[in-house]
This record gives sequence, C-alpha cells and structure tokens, in this order.
Amino acid sequence: MLLIHCPYCEEMREEEEFSPAGQAHIERPLNPEEISDEQWAHYLFFRKNPRGLHHEMWLHAAGCRKYFNVTRNTVTYEIMETYKMGQEPNVTASKEGQS
Amino acid sequence: MQQYSGFGLLKHSLSYHENWQRVWSNPTPKKHYDVVIIGGGGHGLATAYYLAKEHGITNIAVVEKGYLGGGNTARNTTIVRSNYLWDEASHLYEHSLKLWEGLAQELNYNLMFSQRGVLNLGHTLQDMRDIERRVNANRLNGIDGEVLTTAQVQEMVPILDCSKGARFPVMGASWQARAGTARHDAVAWGFARAADALGVDLLQQTEVTGIRRKDGAVEGVETNRGFISANKVACVAAGNSSVIAKMVGMELPLESHPLQAMVSEPLKPILNTVVMSNHVHGYVSQSDKGDLVIGAGIDGYTGYGQRGSFNVVEHTIAAIIEMFPIFSRVRLNRAWGGIVDTCPDACPIISKTHIKGLYFNCGWGTGGFKATPGAGHVFAHTIAKDEPHPLAKPFSIDRFSSGELIDEHGAAGVAH
Repeated sequence: MLLIHCPYCEEMREEEEFSPAGQAHIERPLNPEEISDEQWAHYLFFRKNPRGLHHEMWLHAAGCRKYFNVTRNTVTYEIMETYKMGQEPNVTASKEGQS
Repeated sequence: MQQYSGFGLLKHSLSYHENWQRVWSNPTPKKHYDVVIIGGGGHGLATAYYLAKEHGITNIAVVEKGYLGGGNTARNTTIVRSNYLWDEASHLYEHSLKLWEGLAQELNYNLMFSQRGVLNLGHTLQDMRDIERRVNANRLNGIDGEVLTTAQVQEMVPILDCSKGARFPVMGASWQARAGTARHDAVAWGFARAADALGVDLLQQTEVTGIRRKDGAVEGVETNRGFISANKVACVAAGNSSVIAKMVGMELPLESHPLQAMVSEPLKPILNTVVMSNHVHGYVSQSDKGDLVIGAGIDGYTGYGQRGSFNVVEHTIAAIIEMFPIFSRVRLNRAWGGIVDTCPDACPIISKTHIKGLYFNCGWGTGGFKATPGAGHVFAHTIAKDEPHPLAKPFSIDRFSSGELIDEHGAAGVAH
C-alpha cells in the first residue's frame, strides 16, 4: 500500500483513495490534421514505461477529485515528490544520474 | 536426449535414481549465433524449440538474465483456454490450445495438462448478453463453448453460492470444456529440454545490456558475459520489453504493471474446474497438490517491482469468499507478483520492427501463459521467414497507427 501526499489537500493519504492515471506530461498535438498516423499513434498509445524514475498522473478519486503528478521509482515504488498539474518535477532522471 | 517413460523410472529405481541425465546443458556462449532470443521463459524457449524443429535453425542462443522460467512463467495461475471474442485472437489462442493438446507427448515431458474446463460466471443481465455473444462467436470459429444456466453451474460446482440472496448472484456462465490448467514450470522445462536436445544453447545468468546495430540492422547483443553476434535478435522479455526497446531507442505501446496471485494451504480435492468471474475480478482453481490458486487483478500503476499493493489482494479475496463461503477459513500460503506488459487493446504484439533482424513478442499482458506453445510457434515462423505467420499478422505493431486494434478487454480481462 502506497502512502501518497495530495498536493491539493496537502495531506498524506492511503493509496486506496487514489487511482493511477498513467504517464504524466503527455501533450496533445496542437495540429492533429497535419501530423502522420505514426505520430498520432505515438501520442495515443506509445509510452515511456521506464524501469526506474517515472513521472505519472494520479487522481485523488475519493478526496478532492483532482489530478496531480507524482515522481515515483517503478522498481522500489518510492515516491520522490508530488506536484500540481502544470508544474515541472524537481526530481528528474538526469538530475539523479539515471539514463 | 534421454526418453522418459514408466520403464525408465523402473530402471532408474534400481540405481536409486542417481544416474539420471542432466535435463539440459549449461554451455559457454559462442561468438556467433543465427538467432539470439532475449528471455528464457516459456515463450522464449518455445520460440527456440519451434525454430529448431520446424525451421531447421539450430544455431540459437536463449539469453536469460536469471534462471529458465523464473519470470512470469513461474508466477501465473496456469490457466489455458481459447474462448476469446474476436476472430484474430480466437484463432491465435485456439492454435495454441491445439498445440497444448499434443504437447506432453511431443516434448516427452509431463506437463500435467488437465482439460478440466473453465467457467466464466455471469452476475448481471449484461454479463449474460456478453457471454452469449462470446460463446456464439467461439462456436462460429470452431471453438467449443456452451452457455450454462444457474442450475447447471450449481450442479457442476456445488460449493459455489448460487442462492438468490448471494452477494454476487450467479445468472449463468460460459463453459469451455477443452480449457483447463497445466503445470507452469513443466512447460518451460519441457521446452528447454527439447530445445537443448536440438542443439539450442540455453545461456542462464546472462543479462543483455545493449543491442549493437549497424546500418539499420542488428549485429548482436552486449551481455554481462561479453558481446554475442547474431543475425537476428528476438525479444521475448514480457514486463521488461520496454527496457529492451529503449536500448535501440524505441518506445512500445506497453505499460508494465504488477499482477498478483496467491495460493492457499493444500486441501483435499474440492474444486475440479476453473471458476472465474470478470465482474468481481476473481478466479480460482485447485492445483493437483491441493492448493487453491487465486489470481488478483493488476495494480493500476506502472511497476517493475514484482510486488503489488495489498488492497488489490484484499479486493479479490473478498469476492472469492462471497462466491465460495466455504473457503472463508482457508489460510493462504504464499502471495507474489509478476510484471505484466499490457497493451492498450489487451492483445499481444508479435512483430517485426523497423530495425532489420529485430523482432518483438510482447504485450501479452495478463494472459500469456495459455499462449506459450502457440506464440512460440507463430513467432518462430515470423523470425525464420522474416515475414509474419498468417495468425500473427493482425498482431503487428503497425496496428496502433493503422487503427486495426483488436479489443479483447472483455475476454482477456481476467484469468491468466
């Protein structure tokens, strides 16, 4: 069971209140008519799926019902930080010396 | 290869079973192989076996970072079935089920394949509509299937709570009689032994750290035991497929999730079939040893840790106890997790890539075990001929850009 800090509620809550929502910082292409099917597929389906440091979205489903971002290690499951939507992570793979 | 038989058992008993031949050898890596297969689980070993047997390619290495069959092959819940909804998936899984039916004889290895049938329970009117649709689709594809009434289900599984007041009332079920279970480890061992006998090198404790390329074609793999050159490299790394893909700068449409399962203490025989419920996401069967084998759902987050969260286990157990009140005081023996590589459409990727000589068999998600022989068979063809096997063609990675997805969430959701 993970303990997750919701940056909006500013509280540490149990994992059961949240639901994971996949990779964070995916941007919808602004020019969908102009890009190729491959680029569109990449946006829709292809994921980084890293072994190690990962930035992902979670939804505080049984709390404030807001989405936020989490930086988490996918091997140890350690949560490095949580931050609001629209913010950039402080902990990144390049800073941590991971590729 | 030493043939196993009842007579052999008797003969070796005279020498106190001390003179059995080693099941497979432990070779040092050669400098060059025609094909290097990354991943020594069931799928990888089956691929090596069919490459050697059906395509005459025997200069093969199976490279495994741990020990053979130590990943998801050792962690699944051993269920084999082929009652999928869509034609493409049905044909692939049925191909596999047909191979299962003769596999123990072919490999001369007891796979403990037991066609004890699989029940998919329906708890709601919509469940029953989906079940009828799927069973009809199966029958049109030549796959056995029946829709059972509540009374028929109750007769088959007396310990299942089919009463009107049940928390999850049983309105009926689909039934595939040819489905069942197999001994998971034995499948890997059987394929490993047969592949070894055909000249395949099984390189354990050998971890791939990079893939060398030149002019858009693979040259070989970097490992912790040095560089191994290869004409073709086939990746069968399940949950770690994205890690291998990253070595060549590729991303895959995969997410790796923990999937948990558990077994109880051994009990006297009480459940002679596989009972699963998509609706409450729980399923249970009883192994020949007597343990109840219970599978949970995947954890929603990405994880490579081979363990998941407790609330997922709790959710499954709560459902199992409601369906089988008699199990309420059974103690669990062990619980574990595996890393499953899930695809957006719950179907696998069996595919060539844009890099010449690099092939992927991945994305089986929660349901790869049942496909072990079939996946190995069609993947071997894809590698040997450098063009997809007709059954594998719909499972190309190109489907994500062409839009030809095969949505098997309904049939693949549960039962692994």
